[in-house]
Formats: sequence, structure tokens, C-alpha cells
Amino acid sequence: MILSGWGRFPRQDCRVTRPRGEAGLKDLVAAGGLIARGNGRAYGDSALSRRNTVDMRGFNRLLAFDPESGRLTAEAGVLLQDVISVFLPRGWFPAVTPGTKYVTLGGMIAADVHGKNHHKDGSFGAFVDWIDVMGRDGEVRRCSRDREAELFGWTLGGMGLTGVILRAAFRLRPVDSAWIRQTAIPTANLAETMKCFSDHRTATYAVAWVDCLAGGGGLGRSLVLLGEHARREELPAKKRQAPYAVPARRRLSLPFEVPDFLLNSLTLRAFNTFYYHRGRQGAGERLVDWDSFFYPLDSLLGWNRIYGRRGFAQFQCVLPLERSQAGLSALLEATSRAGRGSFLAVLKRLGRQESRISFPMEGYTLALDFPISPGAQRLLAELDRIAIDHGGRFYLAKDGRMPAQTLHRADPRAEIFRARREGLGLAEVFASAQSERLRL
Amino acid sequence: MTAEPVLIIGGRSDIGRAVAHRFAAAGHPIQLAARGAAGLAPDKADIELRHDVAVTLHELDVLAPESFDGFIDGLGDLPGVAICAVGVLGEQAVCERDHGAAALVMRSNYEGPAAILAALANRFEARGSGALVGISSVAGERGRAANYIYGSAKAGFTAFLSGLRNRLARKGVHVVTVLPGFVATRMTDGMDLPKRLTATPEAVATAVEAALRRRRDVVYVKPVWALVMMAIRTIPEGIFKGMRI
Repeated sequence: MILSGWGRFPRQDCRVTRPRGEAGLKDLVAAGGLIARGNGRAYGDSALSRRNTVDMRGFNRLLAFDPESGRLTAEAGVLLQDVISVFLPRGWFPAVTPGTKYVTLGGMIAADVHGKNHHKDGSFGAFVDWIDVMGRDGEVRRCSRDREAELFGWTLGGMGLTGVILRAAFRLRPVDSAWIRQTAIPTANLAETMKCFSDHRTATYAVAWVDCLAGGGGLGRSLVLLGEHARREELPAKKRQAPYAVPARRRLSLPFEVPDFLLNSLTLRAFNTFYYHRGRQGAGERLVDWDSFFYPLDSLLGWNRIYGRRGFAQFQCVLPLERSQAGLSALLEATSRAGRGSFLAVLKRLGRQESRISFPMEGYTLALDFPISPGAQRLLAELDRIAIDHGGRFYLAKDGRMPAQTLHRADPRAEIFRARREGLGLAEVFASAQSERLRL
Repeated sequence: MTAEPVLIIGGRSDIGRAVAHRFAAAGHPIQLAARGAAGLAPDKADIELRHDVAVTLHELDVLAPESFDGFIDGLGDLPGVAICAVGVLGEQAVCERDHGAAALVMRSNYEGPAAILAALANRFEARGSGALVGISSVAGERGRAANYIYGSAKAGFTAFLSGLRNRLARKGVHVVTVLPGFVATRMTDGMDLPKRLTATPEAVATAVEAALRRRRDVVYVKPVWALVMMAIRTIPEGIFKGMRI
């Protein structure tokens, strides 16, 4: 069947199987050439395989929860949304969450996702205690920091290329309410935006929406959002009665692709300007429910159709701290100059992280997305070059189009990973369209 | 007041699981019965964690009637509702040649489900309350060349439920016949099913819950099937035998 990632580019005709239980999965592994797929939220071709794309959503059981430590054991196909709906009313929230709750546990581990609190808490992997991985021989190995540490290290951020993630134990964080104290701070340019991040290093959550069409003196002007889990006593009396209850959000869904002619620099400029000014008006502190704070886009189901039939590509890189300002300026300048700003430009400060193959490192990460077109491809290649020139590296969960040499130039760990996979005979068994394109 | 337990016979099936979640979400303790029930431990954990209700596992082979009394006694609390989601599709072509395979399909879809519900019916009758739900199939409404072994067993099960309902109508026990059309489950994996006519296991669970609430006797999971089957039933046999449906 024709399949794609969330960016709807590239599309591929894939054989899809949906095993029931471990025995069925073992047979598929024996046949080789497979990649596990969760809920299809990786943007590009990370979870596509022509030979066998294995839909893991049938493995979706919660297995154990320890209310003392907040440790949840669950199968890989469990949706983050389910974790939240079950445990938030009991006072627990994911310690790290990406920008959508429609991801699976397995996908979160495979991409070692980060959230708005990476500068403080690290990536999702920091909260994973162990992972069960089915290897090429069909055997399931439990790996952790002390046991099969090598496998554990490569599996976090390994994009499913070390084996099939079956289940894992990870820790949730205790929260006092379902509300976030949000502070919105508009900034006038990149320097101010970055200063804002470092001034608020102690904030639990921090993210900036960049108006990526503003050029010149306004380059990098943003709306910085800070957030803290609200304590019960910080809630107004009425909310304090039911601190985990939030009003249901209206869900809109985009039932069709936006025609291409609506996607031009004018509409993008209007959107960005609108977003920025609306944000300015909402500056200051207010209470926001968890769903709106963490998952603003989830309320627009199928928002990926906004980019029309051809789909879109997301660009996300992280730049080391000392070269961030120069690199970010260059990236934003190139984007602004091309007049191809994206609806979404998200800037975050990441904290320190040493890992084998995971994306995060200390510095700034910028995410942009562009509707697919020849012009966008040229711009993306330019952004790649700028990122590499500034010591940056790329987020595989967002990628669907990078050439192999770009990855390998940016990230020497990729070659080590490739050699490792080759040496262990993993390469022919676990492979995605992405791993083949990027020679992993 | 604590909610009455709900017994799911065929707790490993997709429909059984969906029904279990549905009633657990409404606060009912769940009794999951199946062969190799110990293997359902992850499902037990999942239902308990998600819905905060007690789940118990019970070993049951519906083709072993001598075990039924022990099984029912072992439930602890006699359930308020018992739902039978046991069934095997089998392969028609194989069944046509292999009598053993055919017998297994017939027994698994009729004899076993009917026998276990019969045993429960007597206990419910003695108590004077409860509901029995049989998941049958539209395939039982007319024999088709493509699956008449399965269909004939379901026809038997449907007739059994109808008679049982009749018998228990004045005894305070409600009997529901659920008639799914195509359902996207393990049973139909890999089959090319028409989307508009195909239900999800969750839709079957919703239909079961609604039928019990509204005291309905016979329900189609997707209403369109009532029309489709009415049409199929009224085709004269002489014409039907020449058709390929």
C-alpha cells in the first residue's frame, strides 16, 4: 500500500504487515528487510520499508505501573495520548513529550524524542529504565544502562535499526494539576530571543515560535513561551476542586489538501505576522491547559494536509552552543531571503547530552517546514550546508530527503552506527527507506 | 453499589478484548475466559491499569462441557452479563475436503458457544436475573457457497439463542443475539473487505453495550447489514443457487 510519513513526502509502495503477538513478529523478523512503524508521526521515510513495514499498533497494552516511582511498563504500540488519559487524572505526566501526543512509545524511544524541557531534563531516553528489543535472531533482549548497555545506547535514537522495540519501562513525573503557568515573552530579534532563553534557564519548559519571514533588524523575532506545572494552590478556587480536569478542546480536522495556490509567501507572511502579533497581545502570564500548551497542533487533526498534495519536508538541526547565534542567523537569513518561510518555525535550547546516536546536544535547535517544491529543495540543501558549517547535526525523525553524504559529514557517529549494524548483521534485517538512503 | 462482573468468553479474540474494555470503562469487574488463560496476563494488566477495575482470568475450553460446572463455580461471583465471542472462521475449501477441519469449525461456532451459554443460562435462571450475549454472524442468515460450513454453524447458534431467549423471557434473563457483518479482526486479516460494510471490534462492543441497555433482542452491528441480509434472504433459492455471492 502507498505509505508516507507525517510530512506526506516521500510516498512509497510498501508491504505492510500487522503481527499479532511475538510469535508472528518473530516470523517477520526471520524474513528480514523490515522496519517497525508506530503511529506514522515521523515526518519522512524513517518508518517506511518496501519489503516489510511492520505496524506495531497491535502491541498496545499497559503492563504495570508503580505508583511510588511513577514507573510505567508498556508495550511499544501504546499511544502517548493513552498514557496521558490514563495517568494524568492520577497525578502523573510524561517526563518528556514531543509536540504531538499521537506518537507511540516505541517511536518515542526510536527517535529519542525531546521536549520543551530538554535543557533541564534531557531527552525521553533519560527516563527509560529498560527496553525489550527483538533482535535479528528473533530473541528478545532486555537492555538497560547496566545490562546490554551497548544495545540500549544504540536503540535510543536508533530509529528502529537495532531491532524491534517490544516494550519498555519509563518514568512519569508527578504533577499537581493539569494546568501550566505559561509566560509569553515577545522578543524583537534573534539576540533578544537567545538572551531570553539563557535568562530563563531555570524554567521547566521553554520554546520559541519564530517569525521566520521577518528579516533585517527583526530577524529572529519570536514569541518565547515558558511553562511550569501549576501547583494546586496556584489554581483559582474553582479549578482547585478538580485539578486534573480541563475543558475538552474542539478538534477541527482538515478534510482536504489545501490547494497549492494558497501556499505562497503572502499567506505565509500573513500567518506569521498574525501569529506573532496575537502572541504579543497575549504576553504575560496565564494558565493554559496541558493539551493546548504541549500539543497546540493536535487540535487541528490532519494539519499535515495544510501543505497540499505534494507534502512537505521538515528541516531540523541542532547547533552547538558557541556557534548557535551565527548559525541561526544564517539559517533564518537564508529562509527569509528565499521568501519561503514556514508556517512553523520552532526554536528550542537543548541541554547537555552524551549519547551514541540520539539527536540532542547542547545548543539550539531550529525546526522549519516547507512545502515540497524544487525551490524548497534548493533552500533545504543550502540550510544543510549552513548547519554543517556551524557544526550542527540533523534530526532523523524529521528527515525524508537528506543525501547520505550530508548526514555523514555532519555526524561522524553515523558511520560508527553503520559499521556496528553491518558487523552485527543487523543491516539486512532491519532497514527503512531512510536507512538505505542515508547508508546507515 | 458495586457493578456486576461481566464475563467474556473468548477473551483473547479482538471482539472479546474490545467488549472487555468497554465494560471495564463503565466500571464493571471483568472475568476473562479462554483457553490458555494465563497468557492473557498482559490483557489483565492493561484493563486493570486503564480502567481501575478488577480482572480475573479463567481457564475454559468451550468444547469440554465436563469442565463447565467447575469453571462456573470458579468464577467466584456469578456474572451479571456473559458475552460469548468464541468463533473460528476456518477455510471453506479445506473444510469441504477435511471432515475433521469442518467439524472443528462447526463445533467451535455452534456446539461450544451454545453449550457454555446453556450452562450459564441455568445458573442465571435459578438466580432470576442476568443477560447472555451471543456474538453470531450474518453468515448464519443464508448459506453461501463461499462459507456455508461456518455459516451453518452460526445459523445453529442464532437459532439456539432465539430459543433460549424464548425460554428465559419470563425468567428475568435477557438474551441478545449480535449479528456482525465483516469485522476487522485477526479472523479477517488479509481479506479484502468492503470498507462501508466493515465494522471495528470497538463498534461491536458499542453495539453489545447499547443492546443490553435498550433491552434489544437481535442487533446488527452496522444497520446497513439488516438491509443487505433482507435482500439476500428474499432471493428465491432457484435464483440464489446460480449466483456467486
